[in-house]
Amino acid sequence: MTTLTVEANHLTRIYGGREAVSNVSFTLSKGEVLGFLGPNGAGKSTTMKMLTGNLAPSQGSVKICGIDMIENPKEAKALIGYLPETPPLYREFTVDEFLSVAARLHGVTPKHIKAAVQRAKERCGLTEMSNRLIENLSKGYQQRVGIAQAIIHNPMVVILDEPTVGLDPIQIRDIRALIKELGGEHSVILSTHILPEVEMVCDHVQIIDKGKLVFNGSIDILKQQRHGNKLVVGLSKPPVNEELLKVKGVEAVETLENGLLRIRYAAGKTPAEALVEAAVKKGWGLHQINPDQTSLEDVFVQLTYQDTAAA
Amino acid sequence: MILNVARKELKSVFASPMGWVILALLQFAFGTYFLNGVNEYFEVMSGAIRPAERTGVTSFIGQSVFGLASFVMLFSVPLLSMRLISEERRSNTLPFLFTAPLSLTEIVIGKFIGLVSFLSILVLMIGVMLATLNVWADIDLGYLISNVLGLWLLVASFSALGLYFSSLTAQPVVAAIITFIALFGLLIVDRFLTGDDATVVNYLSLMHHFQPFARGLIDTADVAYFLLFILTFLTLTVRRLDADRLRG
Repeated sequence: MTTLTVEANHLTRIYGGREAVSNVSFTLSKGEVLGFLGPNGAGKSTTMKMLTGNLAPSQGSVKICGIDMIENPKEAKALIGYLPETPPLYREFTVDEFLSVAARLHGVTPKHIKAAVQRAKERCGLTEMSNRLIENLSKGYQQRVGIAQAIIHNPMVVILDEPTVGLDPIQIRDIRALIKELGGEHSVILSTHILPEVEMVCDHVQIIDKGKLVFNGSIDILKQQRHGNKLVVGLSKPPVNEELLKVKGVEAVETLENGLLRIRYAAGKTPAEALVEAAVKKGWGLHQINPDQTSLEDVFVQLTYQDTAAA
Repeated sequence: MILNVARKELKSVFASPMGWVILALLQFAFGTYFLNGVNEYFEVMSGAIRPAERTGVTSFIGQSVFGLASFVMLFSVPLLSMRLISEERRSNTLPFLFTAPLSLTEIVIGKFIGLVSFLSILVLMIGVMLATLNVWADIDLGYLISNVLGLWLLVASFSALGLYFSSLTAQPVVAAIITFIALFGLLIVDRFLTGDDATVVNYLSLMHHFQPFARGLIDTADVAYFLLFILTFLTLTVRRLDADRLRG
């Protein structure tokens, strides 16, 4: 299949007897944005280093557009743009100089360098910073230069390690838009701590914890998990729980600390209407009814916690 | 691709005033020695009456200038080579090179060429400076070429060694100190074992192999020694960087 841009097969990395990443496999197709989630030290950066050939995997293999990273590193690396955790910037250069060097080293032909630099600057909002020394730029702008050098050669796969760290909210929005745009023609892998960001820009999500992949699937599955089949109902004169269970569709009722009730129902059969009807008829004093959204954080904690509990 | 890396290194040296300052200061030192040499030549030769006491102007001035140059390079090469890899390690820019479609060998050779071409400017300037004597004297061109080649090989060897020590640490200053000590040791190692010319230790001394060039003799054995020296340390550097990738 030619549409597969990244294939990771059973990636394992051992640091001094400890498995930092163990047996991680996944694939990514053209035009997809993959979000990499995980607590600190989970192995996100290590995995990314292996994908980009900065670190040799102890076991397993990486293929970029079908080219093996270990056997043909040069050809494979030509298809990748990478922004590491700390943006790799030569501080003594100006933005233009640095981006030209980046373009040249990534094999952009001499006559296209100028255009490539210009394009990368426009995409990352750096046009006004052309002649500034990177040393004198703020952290946010340095981060943008880091992103610019990763996309300068128009790579098939863009790998960004925490790209929105240190940016202000407006810049974050711009960068997210840029990532979405990149996702159209290329494949993007990004790691982040910010969970809503994943929801906004990613098609696929992977949650990694203690070196193991604990969740790998499309964002929709995660969203579903998030909008679980639950309602929060507030009644001023609540009946006994058995009364509520009689309402069509209700499967379980639990009383929350703040006096509200959480009602679980079978997937797809929301009892909201029936509940309102019953409440009015029987005078339960309904004052609130809401779908209960577990935050993405909760889902995340659940997933990573389950793993700990299982282990 | 190798040249692109070299270009980046050169650009980096000249991006700050440091590159220019080093060039200017060293050129000033060599120029002063050159002028002094010319003055002294007249003084000494006017006193030398017997033909046997007379020496050529090229070797008289060349000796002092090239002697100084090889000594100055002992200090300046470590200072220039220290940044090559350790600085990249310290500011986390190595992933930039590792992610680019470059092999480790290309990165190392590129960096080496970058530094050597900077130093070649100096060597070349010395050569040109001495060649200007040709305007009013008939100089010994062979002597000059052998000295320039010898100095260039010496400087390239220094650079290779410096590059290797730079790859070992993340602290440029540490790299400079280790390089300096190692170079100093290699230069003077033959002083400790005078008398027995055939010892293996003597053969390792860089000075031992530089002397023939300084006398105007280009010996393939010495050229081979320098080339092997360079090759060894470049290979070690590649291995060191590869270990980074393998062991993290």
